[in-house]
Amino acid sequence: MGTGIAAVANGFRGVARYLGGVMGADAYAKYLEHHRAAGHAEPPLTEREFWRDRTDRQEQNPQGRCC
Amino acid sequence: MAGAPDQRKNGTRAEGGLATDPDFPPPAVDEARLESEDRRWTPGKIALWAAIALLGGVAWFMLAIVRGETVNAIWFVFASVCTYLIGYRFYSKVIERYITGPDDRRATPAEYKADGKDYVRTDRNVLFGHHFAAIAGAGPLVGPVIAAQMGYLPGTIWIIVGVVFAGAVQDYLVMFFSMRRGGRSLGQMAREELGVIGGTAALIATLLIMVIIVAILALVVVNALGESPWGVFSVGMTIPIALFMGVYLRYLRPGKVMEVSIIGFVLLMAAIIGGGMVAQTEWGATLFHLDKVTIAWGLIIYGFIAAILPVWLLLAPRDYLSTFMKIGVIVMLALAIIVVRPEVNVPAFSEFASRENGPVFSGALFPFLFVTIACGALSGFHALISSGTTPKLVEKERQTRYIGYGGMLMESFVAIMAVVAAISIDRGLYFAMNAPAALTGGTVETAATWVNSLGLSGVNITPGLLSETAANVGEQSIVSRTGGAPTLAVGLAHIMHQFVGGTAMMGFWYHFAIMFEALFILTAVDAGTRVARFMLQDSIGNFVPRFKEASWRPGAWLCTAIMVLAWGAVLLMGVTDPLGGINTLFPLFGIANQLLAAIALAVCLAIVAKRGTFKYLWIVALPLAFAAVVTITASYQKIFSSTPAVGYFANNAAFSKALADGKTEFGTAKTVTAMEAVVRNTAIQGWLSVIFVVLSIIVIATAVLATVKAFRDRAAGTPTMDNEDPAVPSRVFAPAGLVPTTAERELAAEWAKMPADARLERAGH
Repeated sequence: MGTGIAAVANGFRGVARYLGGVMGADAYAKYLEHHRAAGHAEPPLTEREFWRDRTDRQEQNPQGRCC
Repeated sequence: MAGAPDQRKNGTRAEGGLATDPDFPPPAVDEARLESEDRRWTPGKIALWAAIALLGGVAWFMLAIVRGETVNAIWFVFASVCTYLIGYRFYSKVIERYITGPDDRRATPAEYKADGKDYVRTDRNVLFGHHFAAIAGAGPLVGPVIAAQMGYLPGTIWIIVGVVFAGAVQDYLVMFFSMRRGGRSLGQMAREELGVIGGTAALIATLLIMVIIVAILALVVVNALGESPWGVFSVGMTIPIALFMGVYLRYLRPGKVMEVSIIGFVLLMAAIIGGGMVAQTEWGATLFHLDKVTIAWGLIIYGFIAAILPVWLLLAPRDYLSTFMKIGVIVMLALAIIVVRPEVNVPAFSEFASRENGPVFSGALFPFLFVTIACGALSGFHALISSGTTPKLVEKERQTRYIGYGGMLMESFVAIMAVVAAISIDRGLYFAMNAPAALTGGTVETAATWVNSLGLSGVNITPGLLSETAANVGEQSIVSRTGGAPTLAVGLAHIMHQFVGGTAMMGFWYHFAIMFEALFILTAVDAGTRVARFMLQDSIGNFVPRFKEASWRPGAWLCTAIMVLAWGAVLLMGVTDPLGGINTLFPLFGIANQLLAAIALAVCLAIVAKRGTFKYLWIVALPLAFAAVVTITASYQKIFSSTPAVGYFANNAAFSKALADGKTEFGTAKTVTAMEAVVRNTAIQGWLSVIFVVLSIIVIATAVLATVKAFRDRAAGTPTMDNEDPAVPSRVFAPAGLVPTTAERELAAEWAKMPADARLERAGH
């Protein structure tokens, strides 16, 4: 019984993680990962700064949506 | 174990000429191993593909040959899915083998240009969903509905066969070539491959096509919301909801994308339910009952404001909502069709298949069916998405087949579901909803009389059914709700209410469908205006350098205003057109979209030829030739046809003559002003067709010249210039498709054994 619920919960989390990935919710986590791996000296952007920068870049470089 | 482990350790691989890092496991599955896995046909594999082929064959047989009184919708699912699987497994592999030739030893832009922001290696399955959400919109839901006028079979064949040989090929090739060029856009590639003339023509054509596409998408929304208080309220509410989400993400809880999307989704549902209640009150019905011209002006003003507001405030949050809804709706619709399995009583070929004066769209089956269904079979707009964002996120080269080709197959399946939704409703209802008011007369009685007078077999509609359906979906009337979206919404409500909620829920489902289509379209309108504004700024910037500065407000606002006025003018023309805007303008949308496809394929043709692949050039030339023939024939007929229903100038001449003769009404135009409107509209539409087709012919001609030159150069032994980014050895590995093969799993395990820091340190910089 317990394992069944755990399996369902796991499946649900997997779906949520996938959806989050598709929508770009994990962009900051990926940025941090890149920052760590690249070994930059300066500290990474904070979460707030990162998302601001992201929408500001979208402003300068608009992408079409499909019909 | 993999084919030749010792050889892998040397690091250098003579055949590719690309040295990979000897301290790491190989970044690609050994070619011989790949080949043998691919070529080995175990009995299980043979049985599986035989079963898929058999099921697909039976389904096609049921749809195309048996076609009894009714046909079950499940056959559409089987016919399409089995054909997609076979196309994906066999045809896309041919393209991979002979045209693209991906090499996993090469790093993708996401690896060699990694910046953690624009260039980020993304899991292939996540990227598949992301790419699909970016390419699928309202287009595949609208075109097939309009094309259902001719019966279900022509549209179904074109959607399924077209995607395998044309649409998915275009998406895959553009994505692959853009990836090899660091994620360059279609416009940049056109300029590099076709030179200044071809590149400039492609740029102007893209800009004009964008204007037309935005205008006609907006027209679909206007037609769906006109005289619909419920729809106006709930779609209007998406604006404050998106603004709230924007503020939430910027100031309250930055980065909590999923959280805010769920909040937004709940608010959207509340807006739909609330809309039903508001529309029932007297004040609500008066306040939100707007005619189409008012809504069109509202949309034009909205379009301008939305395009100059900061991205974070409106565009970004609505994008999240739209993606969320898109995936949810499509999964839900697929489930509902499989569970409900509606019976379809539309004939395979309707009475209008052999005529060119159908009430929903005019023109003969060839070429107009092939332009009416653009998205879902072959959509040029995808080339703009497949070059740009997605190539910057791809992890390994071999994954482009899955994401590019596979993603487009998925969109085609959405189009098939739209076909099913459109043909599962009563045929009489379909024509009453999709014919312009000039024909139906606008009331239930006149509409029923008109539909019954068409002499369609098995159609006998009563005014009662029309008013009952309208009442069920919470609308005052559903007569002449053209544009495809309302029909799809009725179809979806018809299928969904059997799945969840019964008749009482039909109003909710109808407005749910209207809401998500409006959401996709508003996002496309906003984003399209922004992209078009940038293109315009860039072009003017060649003469007045200041315009190139994106942050220079007056320039940005002026260019936004020009673009909004351009699509706004076409939109108003469609809304006020006495002939029924969708009827005359929708073909222009399809022609524009497929001319863009022809441009994209022409660029691919030149690239493939320059790579020296002449033997398999037909893989690109076939869809290019088809798209060129279809769109040029359609344009030719729109320009030169002497049938007024088809030819813009013939219509123009007929109305001009009537005006000159002093007539005060002519055809469907009942006043002199309406007649003058027709003269003006047909002239504009006609000249737009001329400009499009001339630009496209220039692009195709320059591509053919580039191809011939590449052929001559090769024959003469002159080396051809290659615009690809230099090859960089890759230091990562990931499987290519949805399910990893044995070899891929083994290699992935080898990589997993590497110490994490060592891997990151080398892979990152």
